[in-house]
Amino acid sequence: MRKAMCLAIPVRVVSIDGDEAETEIAGVRRRVSVVLTPEVRVGDYVLLHTGYAIGVVDEVEAEETLKLLEEIASFGEVY
Amino acid sequence: MKFIDEFQNSELATGLARRIAGRSTKRIKLMEFCGGHTHAIMRHGIRRLVPETIEMRSGPGCPVCVTAASDLDRAIGLAHLPGVIITTFGDMLRVPGSYSSLELTRAEGGDIRIVYSTMDALAIARANPGNSVIFVGIGFETTAPTIAASIVRANQEEIDNFHVLSLLKLTPPVIKALLDLGEVDLDGIIGPGHVSVIIGSRRYEFIPRDYGVACVISGFEPVDILLCIDRLVEQIENKQPSVEIAYSRGVREEGNASAQRLMDEVFETDAADWRGIGTVPQSGLKIRDKYSHFDATRAFDVKVRPAREPTGCICGDILRGVATPLECKLFNKACTPESPVGPCMVSSEGACAAYHHFRGIPEPQMEQVRSRKVEQDE
Repeated sequence: MRKAMCLAIPVRVVSIDGDEAETEIAGVRRRVSVVLTPEVRVGDYVLLHTGYAIGVVDEVEAEETLKLLEEIASFGEVY
Repeated sequence: MKFIDEFQNSELATGLARRIAGRSTKRIKLMEFCGGHTHAIMRHGIRRLVPETIEMRSGPGCPVCVTAASDLDRAIGLAHLPGVIITTFGDMLRVPGSYSSLELTRAEGGDIRIVYSTMDALAIARANPGNSVIFVGIGFETTAPTIAASIVRANQEEIDNFHVLSLLKLTPPVIKALLDLGEVDLDGIIGPGHVSVIIGSRRYEFIPRDYGVACVISGFEPVDILLCIDRLVEQIENKQPSVEIAYSRGVREEGNASAQRLMDEVFETDAADWRGIGTVPQSGLKIRDKYSHFDATRAFDVKVRPAREPTGCICGDILRGVATPLECKLFNKACTPESPVGPCMVSSEGACAAYHHFRGIPEPQMEQVRSRKVEQDE
């Protein structure tokens, strides 16, 4: 894992225990603090930065962005 | 990995690159604020994917790089105090201060430990009640709430031997300072993604309003960055600069309210010293009086000699976007990642380190750099 300071990676929340949560990415499990994201639910993806979840990934927005990108890729020739 | 792989898809990237090439007619200058973006842009060769009309500059968003030599000297001074354990993020160790570095201080016997998280620093404080554990806190708004959380936790658990040297810095005030300096004629800013997860997008509204500069917040995968450039080009071509989020899966207009509350609970804004830029008002975070016990600057008295910058290093110009690493006489000669002269070669987010590792600069821009050098030499 790169050590870049502003790096945050999306990890999946497996279970929550108070201010802490068990998360998983590519088979690797890690206990993280969710004190900054009290709204988090099991199954959510959170952006993990230096051991803390700093935000919950908006999956609907991600889908919409990908749909737009796919349209751009298929109709990119038309300006 | 979900939310990463999809945004590295080459077909999507090609589609965007084609659209950018079709749209871009004017010569424009864009700056990526964030060092994480600098790294990603070089790593994924984004500069090769955009047309020659788009010139890209790196900004001051590398926390290690902008830490003033005087602040580093203070951290090194703290490390020399008896009974002190210094904890910090890895990149800080090798950054040269005026007379030494934390790495050299450690070799001389200083107890300096690299941590991944402020929670690790707290754990060290719990395990060593007879020592004072000082966390050297660098970073921007992304990291500030995590440091605030550690101070609140230390207060709750009464971990009295935990202290923070806050060198935290704020993004919007330094963007304003750079725009006020006016050294680089910017058309658009690639806004920092993870800073904005915390602060949201509204704090950037002064950028288009007062300076006529476009600002689009970007994620860190190649497709994210290309989407951001596409939005910037559209705004600039249409002469309608605004603040836009091109990282909507992570950033909301209002940001993360819980994190903002925690930051506000622990910190207040104060002037901060930036390497290469100087003192910028209201651009730093200091610990409020309520938590003064945890403030290393108040708990320990350290005298430092006047700071000095390394000779010949142009990190300051690079951090202001005035120069690129290729214009530095030391680059890849006297200054390499193995033996760095300035901080921009140390941190993985530093522009010099990114240029060294990836060399992702297209030939046309290399030509511009070379001709500029010839002019200077003449």
